[in-house]
Amino acid sequence: MERQKYLNSLKNQTRFIQGDEAAAYGALYAGCNFFAGYPITPASEVAELISRELPKCGGYYIQMEDEIASIGAVIGSVWAGGKSMTATSGPGFSLMQENIGYACMTETPCVIVNVQRSGPSTGQATKGAQGDVMQARWGTHGDHEMIALSPWSVQESFDLIIEAFNLSEKYRHPVIFLLDGEVGHNREKLLFPDPDSVEIVNRNLSDEKVDVFVGERIPPMIEFGSGHKIHVTGSTHKNNGMRDVETMNTHDVLIRRLDDKISGNRQDIVKYEEYFTDDMDYLAVSFGASARPTLGAVHKLREQGIKIGFIRLITIWPFAQDVFKRLNPNLKKVFVPEMNLGQISREVERFVHCDVIPVSKIGGVAHSISEIYEQIENHIKL
Amino acid sequence: MQNELLKYLRKETLPTAFCAGCGCGTILNVFCHVIDEMNIDPNDIITVTGIGCSSWIPSPYFSADTLHTTHGRAIAFATGVKVMKPDKHIIVIAGDGDLSGIGGNHLIHAARRNIGLTVFLVNNYIYGMTGGQVSPTTPSSVKTATTPYGNIETPFRISELVSAAGAAYVARWTTYHIFHLRKAMKEAINTKGFSFVEICSQCPTSYGKRVGQRDGIDQLKDFRNKSVNIRNATDEQKFDPGNAILVGKLAERSRPEFVDSLIKINEQFEIN
Repeated sequence: MERQKYLNSLKNQTRFIQGDEAAAYGALYAGCNFFAGYPITPASEVAELISRELPKCGGYYIQMEDEIASIGAVIGSVWAGGKSMTATSGPGFSLMQENIGYACMTETPCVIVNVQRSGPSTGQATKGAQGDVMQARWGTHGDHEMIALSPWSVQESFDLIIEAFNLSEKYRHPVIFLLDGEVGHNREKLLFPDPDSVEIVNRNLSDEKVDVFVGERIPPMIEFGSGHKIHVTGSTHKNNGMRDVETMNTHDVLIRRLDDKISGNRQDIVKYEEYFTDDMDYLAVSFGASARPTLGAVHKLREQGIKIGFIRLITIWPFAQDVFKRLNPNLKKVFVPEMNLGQISREVERFVHCDVIPVSKIGGVAHSISEIYEQIENHIKL
Repeated sequence: MQNELLKYLRKETLPTAFCAGCGCGTILNVFCHVIDEMNIDPNDIITVTGIGCSSWIPSPYFSADTLHTTHGRAIAFATGVKVMKPDKHIIVIAGDGDLSGIGGNHLIHAARRNIGLTVFLVNNYIYGMTGGQVSPTTPSSVKTATTPYGNIETPFRISELVSAAGAAYVARWTTYHIFHLRKAMKEAINTKGFSFVEICSQCPTSYGKRVGQRDGIDQLKDFRNKSVNIRNATDEQKFDPGNAILVGKLAERSRPEFVDSLIKINEQFEIN
């Protein structure tokens, strides 16, 4: 009730705010009622806004002793009925990896915001980057799938985190919200929508005394305290949730199902935008902050008569491989501007039949339009 | 006739995997008695465990909602559970390596916050499940699988640490003192804030054999001989207990409980 009143007070307002803050507001729209976190640049603004606003919606903000505890508390809260998130940056994201795997294994829906900063290690703590693309995918050990989304604007930071919660709830899987320091700290216009117009997905809860993890692709959840004495474990478990770490088939069936529920639903999960792809000879691919100057460069190249298209990835994981597989086989070159040394570019390379040229920039400053324009133009002239 | 306390166990998981002479069975037994005598409905209990033998007491044996977490993180997970289910008994059972080694930070911060968790730390002085490596509580000079030349470190005094961090209730007993332990467990569960019972327990397989106590009973006799009630301890022993195990109640104090305070923040914004 408090939340409804609170969201109605925001409805149709326009504010000039940061991407971090937009993500926090989006989480409130999505129904987030629990946040545990630890301060870190450039993600602290998420926690600061949530700590101020979440109690007004009847939710709980707690600051933990570190990021391992933060993701732990988030997962615990979900089994006790929470719709929960945390927010961090590279170093904290590294610390969270073991428990992100626990969330995959126990099918715990939760959202982890990673406002990426320059690394490795402490790197340039205050500078944005996009170096955690592969860590988001493979940071935790063992075979697993992952869902990761990356917005390119303040408005999309708001809209897309709602989608992150929805996917998390629908698939009972952790979702990584891959902001970057550029979008996270950028200030832009945000329009707050009518809360009634926003589609919210909530987990399928079961009240019946059934196996916690039944054999279907996405089993319903049973909450703690509902009288079923459920057993939740990160160890390999049978369909009833009980540990069975000896039987090969138990592990095989479980892990393949967890993999399949994401990889088998790529069509539903993957989102991207296409520009000028109908007649293209060349293609640019980007995401997040670097997609913005990329689109500018693509416009400029088009003005010069170069037939270049642009694909902006919104879903980073699972990868939009089907999009690349169906590209024109006569495509000459693909350019991938990103604020790392070629993490998405290597992924694109796996699915296209022409040269893929990384347009990398690191050091904490986003590409300019002319930097991307010139690099692409030079390659095309060769 | 079946033991009536069997109703508290997941029968399909029995017999337990505990080694002959292990103290975990004793603790499970006392815990079942405590829940039975306190008339607590197991549906009002959520157990949270880490990795290690003692975490198996509720995961899988004691039948209640169970969150079997990653190594060292039980208290962090339990914090989230307690915030969302403040009316339930959130009971953490894990070992000395789990809670005071890899998870030591969570332990002291939960005590500092005074969040209403009940923590039963089973101290067997060793990493038992992994085969007997030195733990933060292994006494000095003991030879373990990873201290072949003797332990050069000084063990943690966990109960004193938790008390200093601000826990509402702290007690230490051993598996020899089952009736005292039962009383302490009840007091801990009845405590409003962070309650903590350190249970010194025998591990003949991975610890006892390294200190000349190959049978569980040898270690129990050792607990009996070394235990000094903290009420009778000399100031010197309180400062440095040496070989003595100081048993009894170390702290009982009233402080605001964390989730209560959290709820009070929200009450400011509730629509009347």
